[in-house]
Amino acid sequence: MEIFRIILLVTLVVCALSASFSKNILTSIVIFMSYSLVMSIIWAILQSPDLAITEAAVGAGVTSVLFFITLKKIRLISTGKKETPHEKE
Amino acid sequence: MKKNKFSRFFRWIEGGQKDSLEQKIDTGAEIRDGAVPPSSREKLYALLEAVPENRKKMENMEIRSFNRLYQVLCVLVCVIFISVLLLTVSYLPRFGGDHNPDNNEVAQRYIENGVAETGAVNLVAGMILDYRAFDTLGESCVLFTAVTCVFVLMKSLSSERTIPLTKDIMYDMSNDVILHQVVTFLFPVIMLFGVYILLNGHLGPGGGFAGGAVMGAGLMLYSLAFGEEKTERLFNERTFQVVSTCALSFYCLSKSYSFFTGANHLENIIPKGIAGNILSGGLILPLNICVGLVVACTMYGFYTLFRKGGI
Repeated sequence: MEIFRIILLVTLVVCALSASFSKNILTSIVIFMSYSLVMSIIWAILQSPDLAITEAAVGAGVTSVLFFITLKKIRLISTGKKETPHEKE
Repeated sequence: MKKNKFSRFFRWIEGGQKDSLEQKIDTGAEIRDGAVPPSSREKLYALLEAVPENRKKMENMEIRSFNRLYQVLCVLVCVIFISVLLLTVSYLPRFGGDHNPDNNEVAQRYIENGVAETGAVNLVAGMILDYRAFDTLGESCVLFTAVTCVFVLMKSLSSERTIPLTKDIMYDMSNDVILHQVVTFLFPVIMLFGVYILLNGHLGPGGGFAGGAVMGAGLMLYSLAFGEEKTERLFNERTFQVVSTCALSFYCLSKSYSFFTGANHLENIIPKGIAGNILSGGLILPLNICVGLVVACTMYGFYTLFRKGGI
């Protein structure tokens, strides 16, 4: 259990750092999603399941969807063809 | 020529834009003569061509100096902020000490008499919806205010320049078979789970906010998979207004009633019941439902506002 906890905490730090340092915004959001997921598992381990539920629903679900929609609105997500986001503007 | 002059003047009045030729061209002669001789007109054109480059240079220099100032100020503000925070931390009492301010009789009272006084097995729900219900009302109001502000912002934005929804086919997942099937199976389960968390708020972990968030996420998933038209049968702007207003008003009335009558709980109207039953805890269950409905509406409202600028 101790090892699992350490792995989770290290993953959390790595996720936080890579979310802020990644060049692609889309990748950043996906990493942020996984950050929230790891965080919710940590909440469950810390014996606060209500926070875990909220974190999983809000952090990993709603916030990421809002981010995606905003990216789509400002045309930063490409249409799936071979286009980098910067070229499309 | 006269008309041209006046139009420029009016543009300056209306737009407030600075005339790029100000103090560069002697306009006095034009006004006196009423017409521009060809030679001076040629001069004007030459000046006009020369101006943008000069302007660009000036702007570049301005931007560069602004950037330098910006960086210096960034570092300065960060250092000040960090030092203030560290200073504050150094004044905090040691973690877990016996004489900390949070180690008072309130927590003891909650733990010992909480179940008997509120009728909720889940002490957290008893605390936030019975002892501290007024704070939770404020939180719900903050959420409602936030969604209203976003509503105002996005509504005014979308009315100015509407992004056509017909071009949305690339992102519209209505034709995705896998998503369809998965959502068909998952949506009832997610909504049931949300309702379960909502109704069990006073018995187990969870409560209004968690259940509402799960329900809102489920609604968003449904709307993503099947499109807005099908979701609108279940949930449209009218539903949003009615549900959130009713829930907030009920919450506000029930709680302010008990606060204005001397902060006594409404024990007389709704009995507390046996602790551990689903129908127990007095007002906690209806208040939980209210908070959950408001949160679910707000979550889905945010989504639709971002998606198409209106619920």
